[in-house]
Amino acid sequence: MLFQKLNPALGQPLYLQLMRQIQHAAETGALRDGDQLPGIRTLAEDLVVSPNTIVKAYTELEHSGLLELRQGSGAFLKAGRRTRSITDRVQLARRRLRDLIDRLREEDLHDEEIQRAFEAELLATSEISRKR
Amino acid sequence: MTEPLAIHTTALTKSYGRFVAVDSLNLAVPKNRITAFLGPNGAGKSTTIKMLLGMIRPTSGETMILDHTISTPNTGRRLRERIAYVAEDKPLYGYMTVEQLIRFTSSFYPDWRSDDAQRLLAEYRLPVDKKVRSLSKGMRTKLALLLAFARRPELLILDEPSEGLDPIGIEELLRELVSQAAAGVTVFFSSHQLAEIERVADHVCILNHGRLGLSAPIDDLRQSYRRIDFVFEAAPSARELAVPGIERICSSGRQVSVLTSRNADEVIRRARDLSAVSVEVSSVPLREIFLETVRETPEFVKER
Repeated sequence: MLFQKLNPALGQPLYLQLMRQIQHAAETGALRDGDQLPGIRTLAEDLVVSPNTIVKAYTELEHSGLLELRQGSGAFLKAGRRTRSITDRVQLARRRLRDLIDRLREEDLHDEEIQRAFEAELLATSEISRKR
Repeated sequence: MTEPLAIHTTALTKSYGRFVAVDSLNLAVPKNRITAFLGPNGAGKSTTIKMLLGMIRPTSGETMILDHTISTPNTGRRLRERIAYVAEDKPLYGYMTVEQLIRFTSSFYPDWRSDDAQRLLAEYRLPVDKKVRSLSKGMRTKLALLLAFARRPELLILDEPSEGLDPIGIEELLRELVSQAAAGVTVFFSSHQLAEIERVADHVCILNHGRLGLSAPIDDLRQSYRRIDFVFEAAPSARELAVPGIERICSSGRQVSVLTSRNADEVIRRARDLSAVSVEVSSVPLREIFLETVRETPEFVKER
């Protein structure tokens, strides 16, 4: 799988960004059941991020059941039926988003304004819903 | 749950006459992490590092490093073998060639990794036959780093390692830091390269006027610092909006901008109660957190 550089400027921990990338790769089929992920050191060097970022992302994904960590041999993708249904849900969500964007454009909003509003709402609600 | 610490100081203080360079510092650097040590010039970073290594005697206070105190000369020496330190000014034996210096240094360390040294020598494109004295500043830095990395210490302390390096050199340095950390080395380094630190650091400590301004996992900072821009029909007074965690409030007409280190959700709720017509939340880069932490005149919440 091709990993993208993580963006420290987003208000989101790097390990979460890495988790999303792997989840996304599983959803699109770029990563399939049984595929091996890069080792911690290799990926840390590739992305130039702390190895603890990789460890945290892999550990969290193991908890959520998407990865299997095998003693001495690394991390492997474990795609189940759940991933499939997520794929369908994501595709549906994207269709709905496209409709919404079309409507907003018809209302003469610029793409940058739509993007800003979208990001602001995401950040605002993630703050509110976060439990302490 | 408390993390094991590689460095732990208690009320560490250094004064020169009436000038207090380091002021009852309680520094806690976690093991097996990459910790960035930030602060403006003259904040006391180098003095702190030299006290950690026993190179400067503290006026008062204590230092635990790799679970030992560094006070007695004997434990100090054995301890120093487990620690690699690259100084700010990178003093090296100028009359030796690069190759001679590497061979010389390697003879003092039983755990010396020749393979690492060879690999880094090629990666850093260091001229083996050149006298150390005639190297450029960037090359000297790379050589000093090579000597530290090849030792595979338990703790790596670097004072401004990126100084004098070009962007390629900085990228190579960061990759090597990450690689060392992956091999289990604890890394503690001072730097001004905030954008780079944001990528590789697990933990950030900010020193200001010899005192600890902030010490936190970088993920916590990322998740809790928010800049929130509000538009109100009639802007409320800063007091009405006051919520613990707000670091700064700026307002102009109907616009109010808040920088908060926590409780962003509470700030938003309060603003909505005060009928804010627009709320925009954005993340706060490390640069802004740094500047806020070391700001000279803490701007107090203004009342009109």
